[in-house]
Amino acid sequence: MLQFVGRRLLSAIPVMLGIVFLVFVMARVIPGDPCYATYGEKATPELCAAFNARYGLDEPIWKQFLIYLGALLQGDLGTSIRFGRPVTDILVERLPLTIELTIYALSFATVAGVSLGLISALRRNSPADVGTMVVANFGVSTPVFVLGLVLQIIFAVWLKDTIFALPPSGRLTPGTEVIPIAEAWGIPDLSGPLGSLLNFLSNIYTANAILTLNGPLFVDAASHMILPAIAVGTIPLAIIARMTRSSLLEVLGADFIRTARAKGLRERHVIRRHGMRNAMLPVVTVVGLSIAGFLSGAILTETIFNLAGIGRTLFEAIQGRDYIVIQGVTLVVALGYVMINLVVDVSYAVLDPRIRLG
Amino acid sequence: MDTLNAEEGLSPLPPTPEMADALVELDQPASLWRDTLRNIVRQRSAQFGLVFLGIFFAVAITAPWIAPFDPNIPVIDEPYNQDVNRQELKYLKPCIHILGCPEDQPQHIMGLDGNLRDEFSRVLYGARVSLWIGFVTVGFAIVIGTIIGAIAGYAGGRTDNILMRFMDVMLSFPSLLLAIVIVTVLGSGLINAQLAIGIVSIPVFARVMRASVLSIRETDYVTASRALGETGGGILFRRILPNALTPLIVQATLGIGGAILEVAALSFVGLGAQPPLAEWGSMIAADRKFLTTVPTLILFPGMAITLTVLAFNLLGDGIRDALDPRLNR
Repeated sequence: MLQFVGRRLLSAIPVMLGIVFLVFVMARVIPGDPCYATYGEKATPELCAAFNARYGLDEPIWKQFLIYLGALLQGDLGTSIRFGRPVTDILVERLPLTIELTIYALSFATVAGVSLGLISALRRNSPADVGTMVVANFGVSTPVFVLGLVLQIIFAVWLKDTIFALPPSGRLTPGTEVIPIAEAWGIPDLSGPLGSLLNFLSNIYTANAILTLNGPLFVDAASHMILPAIAVGTIPLAIIARMTRSSLLEVLGADFIRTARAKGLRERHVIRRHGMRNAMLPVVTVVGLSIAGFLSGAILTETIFNLAGIGRTLFEAIQGRDYIVIQGVTLVVALGYVMINLVVDVSYAVLDPRIRLG
Repeated sequence: MDTLNAEEGLSPLPPTPEMADALVELDQPASLWRDTLRNIVRQRSAQFGLVFLGIFFAVAITAPWIAPFDPNIPVIDEPYNQDVNRQELKYLKPCIHILGCPEDQPQHIMGLDGNLRDEFSRVLYGARVSLWIGFVTVGFAIVIGTIIGAIAGYAGGRTDNILMRFMDVMLSFPSLLLAIVIVTVLGSGLINAQLAIGIVSIPVFARVMRASVLSIRETDYVTASRALGETGGGILFRRILPNALTPLIVQATLGIGGAILEVAALSFVGLGAQPPLAEWGSMIAADRKFLTTVPTLILFPGMAITLTVLAFNLLGDGIRDALDPRLNR
């Protein structure tokens, strides 16, 4: 098993290098000058020469790439051209939001999707099945931004004064205080990797609330996450539900299921141990693929719900020609994909021993 | 042979009514396309999809006649209500006469938008834009994707490897992100947004085509036409392509829905259709700040997008099921 994981990790290295190179080239293919994008009307040739020298933009492209690669190996993602801040700082500040959103959206999509698919498959052609499939069909056909806005209309406008009211935008109710974890634990001077990690976790507000036992913060942060998570998670939910249903139906028609029933196993046992376990392989693939799709959804959702996450940051960086931020963010996201694919591969191996041995 | 002889000795059973029906059907020459069409029409989801699509096509074609107002001109410029206050008309709530709206007010089924344009007319005209977006974008992706997939599958070896690895790299980026980069390179606008979504969709069609070509390439009839002296291009276009069409059609139908969704998303973030074009995504973007006061301006175009995409998805599912021989009952 360990060997399997090691082999997969090794094969990810050339992919990562390819992505680093591609992202570097892609960021530079975007026309427009970062100096003019930053200063606009105020840009003069002298100002731009100094600007380019400061960010190393006057060097030849190949040298820029080598400098970039060298810094990268030391964990330095560079400094944002527009904000003048290290990209790592921006990531520590903004990535947690997107991770938090992804976790909630994925949990929602997987739990609800698999349950709905299971019910549909077990009660085939019943009203529950037809209803689930109608919902799933609408789910994949509704644009993320329309769903997000409709959720806002329903929960923040129509249900405004009921117990179902949910905040329409933002991460916290204004005035809610977030105490960094390190401070709450009484170790505010912590620095180094552990300090950065705690800072990172502090910005995942619900995780912060759990680690510092802050009830009001948890309720506030979680209630702000519900609508965006539903908006991002609905398309994956629909796909997962359909996949679970068709996959389980196929497995339940297999000979070994009949054998299991013939042996007198209880139906619950047949479904859970023999049916679900075999039906889950394609579902795991779909779940993995949908995480990859979350960034597309995050760009739109973060715009609608006014959240400063990584999707929004990347979109603004592309529009503002902030090469360094584009490179850094895309790289981290790509790294995330490679890791997710690894997890998906490993879970295949766990679910199906034939893959591990083959 | 023995079994055959033994069966000949048995007297045939009288045909049941069902068998008689089947025999009548067998009298007509079998046609792949007619059978397929019959199967498609039998699918419940395809029926829904076809009905919805029929309505959308009818709306798109007849928009100039059924739309009560011009989609791009503020109603205040129409001669009959010159004396109305501009500010009062802005974001006018829907006014439908049979639902109790006073008869002396002009009827606006979906209200007016921020620029005093009739929302209903804009939604109707939006059907034209969206259907055009769907077909042109996917058409572009199919042509390029099919050519790439066909070449990769037919040539094999290094050509195949290079082309398909390139497709893999494209697939490894989130599609909307890649599309945003492409639009940023090309500049905002509906055509460029379509081009971007078209480019992003190429790998899917290339893969489908390549897979078909790989399996058909090895069939006996391809070997036979090669033996008869058919050229490579002739084999590819006359023998392989017609037989690879079915998975492409399924993928295309589903792809049109996806393309409409993604171009609408690009328009929503301001990179696609530009005002004053009545495109559903950009209409929603323009009026989304007034979500709390006039939600109808978001709900109607949103519903239009969802129903159009739903129609294509249902039809695509229906065609796929109809073409899958394992599901034939």
